[in-house]
Amino acid sequence: MAQDKPRKKVSRRKFLVRAGLGTVGVMAIGTYVFRNPIRREVLEMAETLVPPYSGSGTSANLWFEVLEDNRVRLHSPKVEMGQGAFTGLAQIAADELDVAPGQIEVVAAATDSGVVDAMSTGGSLSIASLWQPLREMAATMREMLKNEAAKQLGADAGSLSTREGIVFSGEGSLTYAEIAAAATEWELPEVPELRAAAQYQYVGKPVQRVDLAPKVFGSPIFGLDAELPGMLHASIIRPEAVGAQLKSLDSKAAADMPGVVKIVELENAVGVVAESYPQALAACRKVKVEWDVPKRWAEEDIRSLLQVGKGDKMVTQKAGKAVSEEDGAVVSLSFTSPIGAHAQLEPNGALAHVEEGKATVVLSTQVVGITRNQVAEALGMKPEQVNVVPTYLGGGFGRRLNTAHAIEAALLSRAVGKPVKYMFTRQEEFQHDTFRPPTHHIVKARLGEDGLLDALEHHYASGDVAIGSLIMPSALHQVLGTDIGAMRGGNIMYDNIPNRRAVQWHTSLPFATSWWRSLGLLANTFAIESMVDEMAMRSGQHPADFRLAHISEEGAGARIKAVIREAVEKAGYSDEVQNGRAMGLAASIDTNSPCAHVVEVSVEAGEIKVHKVTCVLDCGLAVNPDQVRAQCEGSILMGMSAAMHEKMTLHKGELQPTIYGPYQMALMRHAPKEINVYLLQGAEVPLPVGEPPLGPIAAAIGNAVRRLTGQRLTDLPLRMG
Amino acid sequence: MKIAFTINGRAQSVEIEDGNTPLLWVIRDQLNLKGTKFGCGKAACGACTILVDGEAVRCCSYAAKLAEGKQITTIEGLGTRAQPHPVQQAWIEEVVPQCGYCQPGFIMATAALLEKNPAPTDEDIDNNIVNVCRCGTYYRMRKAIHRAAALQAQQVAVNPKNQ
Ligand code: FES
Ligand code: FES
Repeated sequence: MAQDKPRKKVSRRKFLVRAGLGTVGVMAIGTYVFRNPIRREVLEMAETLVPPYSGSGTSANLWFEVLEDNRVRLHSPKVEMGQGAFTGLAQIAADELDVAPGQIEVVAAATDSGVVDAMSTGGSLSIASLWQPLREMAATMREMLKNEAAKQLGADAGSLSTREGIVFSGEGSLTYAEIAAAATEWELPEVPELRAAAQYQYVGKPVQRVDLAPKVFGSPIFGLDAELPGMLHASIIRPEAVGAQLKSLDSKAAADMPGVVKIVELENAVGVVAESYPQALAACRKVKVEWDVPKRWAEEDIRSLLQVGKGDKMVTQKAGKAVSEEDGAVVSLSFTSPIGAHAQLEPNGALAHVEEGKATVVLSTQVVGITRNQVAEALGMKPEQVNVVPTYLGGGFGRRLNTAHAIEAALLSRAVGKPVKYMFTRQEEFQHDTFRPPTHHIVKARLGEDGLLDALEHHYASGDVAIGSLIMPSALHQVLGTDIGAMRGGNIMYDNIPNRRAVQWHTSLPFATSWWRSLGLLANTFAIESMVDEMAMRSGQHPADFRLAHISEEGAGARIKAVIREAVEKAGYSDEVQNGRAMGLAASIDTNSPCAHVVEVSVEAGEIKVHKVTCVLDCGLAVNPDQVRAQCEGSILMGMSAAMHEKMTLHKGELQPTIYGPYQMALMRHAPKEINVYLLQGAEVPLPVGEPPLGPIAAAIGNAVRRLTGQRLTDLPLRMG
Repeated sequence: MKIAFTINGRAQSVEIEDGNTPLLWVIRDQLNLKGTKFGCGKAACGACTILVDGEAVRCCSYAAKLAEGKQITTIEGLGTRAQPHPVQQAWIEEVVPQCGYCQPGFIMATAALLEKNPAPTDEDIDNNIVNVCRCGTYYRMRKAIHRAAALQAQQVAVNPKNQ
């Protein structure tokens, strides 16, 4: 079971009642505060814990509005980027508020009104981190409504009941909207007792996604769909090569192009504002820019920078002795993973409107509060003067944990005195992404006389993931001495192996690398789980039994073992090659959610094909089992895409390719025809979902290929030699 | 120049400066139909797929002047919440979308496929539905496409005039 986390206190500060805009009551309760961590705690957190939701630190404090039609609007501190957070949050709130999920409308909180997460939407934490605070908010609001209804009805609050947005007494009933409309003053009760699991009506059910209709009928819900009256369009010219510096700019020819309003030099970039987007693009082609390129980086340069043994070293796990040949033959394998692009379908961009003393920015972002602070700073404003309005995101995957381009849109808007919508081109996306860093791994293993592992070591080199990012204070890295993003999945979960080491080698690369869904997990698990399977084969043992023998019942051990057992059983795992297909198993634990996959693979004309995936995930309480499954399916597909197809390279200083197609990705024809997801519940609370299933997929495929063909593939993307 | 076409059943004429402007921007920015998405601008992702005379077209790479006299359907004109197109209905029943950004393009591409091939096999789907979904909803999409084919067949059986 997941350990009980210490209960955070909710401080109840304010409660507002506001009229107008169809709003009859506004509830604003409480803020969570992120604890200042010390090293040991943080390392543990990075490994297993769900960090608490971190609150906004602004005065805006709006969680719920009761609308005139008796629906409730929830201002979500987390954004919706496909992970289904809005649906899960509606279910959680519905159960405490006593309304139907369909009565809840979820919107992403804007910085001037609602509570936005001071950190981010990410880390698979939307549901897990809001589970406790949201229930407390909702239950408090229900009690407030009841207490007020008691006054209005002249009844005893204890005798009232609530259902579907209505308070009932023996005498009569009032809707939440009626209560809120008539209320003049509210009493703030203590946080009431929360519902027990047996009382959940909506949590744990496959409630339909709340955003299904807008997404199926084409509603304008994304950042790039936003418009403001009088809006102009912008495109930005960025450095042509890694490390290039703007040397000279000649915008005369471009300025004469149709529709061009202004050409603005930005920091190492040039912005072109025009009446329409095609005009902005056409004018960009006429801008003459010269760049200083101190060095034309090549792929080999990166590979030689990024190697186990180079950069900053940090031992992230240590038990027993370092492995040495003196104690017996050591097997050593080297693995690599390439630079990965986010390639989210909605390009980045921002709609900004800077006016006298205030600014509004509408965009798809995972860092709402940080973006506000950045824009405010760039404009010389106070954060309260800037309203960041997050929309639905056309994919996040970590790409939108850095949306500093909102600054550029704001500067362009200020330069022309009108709203400006800036959109990345797809080439810009591919060349100026904050990439998944490439990695290099050396894994060493030795079998003892009992045929079990006596030593296992994982040495891994990575570029920045968390280091240098906005959402983790850099002091944290000094305390830890390691990049905790690169570390995800880097430690060895097999605690029965007496001699274990995990050693990180960190190097900052000449281009930006950062968060990419599941961080280091995909590559680290690929390396470790490939080696473990290899050793199981060399030891002549069943890959599941071999793994189980190396895991104790301590900590999360029992839960890891359970997913492995369930996966081989549900998949009918067999070591034999049957009908030209072989199976592969791999497992990992990420943010306290263990996951195991069994894949069924064939190799046809040199191409690896995945036919079937059996996925077992223990994510604790699945608030919406259907959407947990959807996240597993999506993680599997995204992981397969990265594991089998995707690769960016540096060529003469340019990151390439710059378009879908040449940047190969999993398409419909690559998707397994069968994906079966099984959920185990090893905890009473929801645990992270959106990333853990990415972990084992690459290794599972590699292990199947090894069993089918005898070849041990050690480089991503997996290609037959 | 002026171009005239029918979009979602309505006659429309628009003034464009350059006939080679991609139709996508006419649809999104001049007609304010935002359901058709910009993903790449190079006919490489399918997010901008619409129907032009019943054919799936990636309108980011389709000159607006070519639309003259054509029948155009975008996601907004495919079906309504009250009367969803079978593909939309199937998409809802299978709960396909995640982030949703690619979905209009896939739905339009599927609608075009089912027009030509009312009962596509898995292989037909693999060969014809070649858009990009980063969220990896392919597995549910395939199920939804088969379901849409079945729904469409039912509708035709009930009301042969729909054919
Ligand atoms: S936007 Fe048209 S195919 Fe990508
Ligand atoms: S649902 Fe997000 S790209 Fe397809």
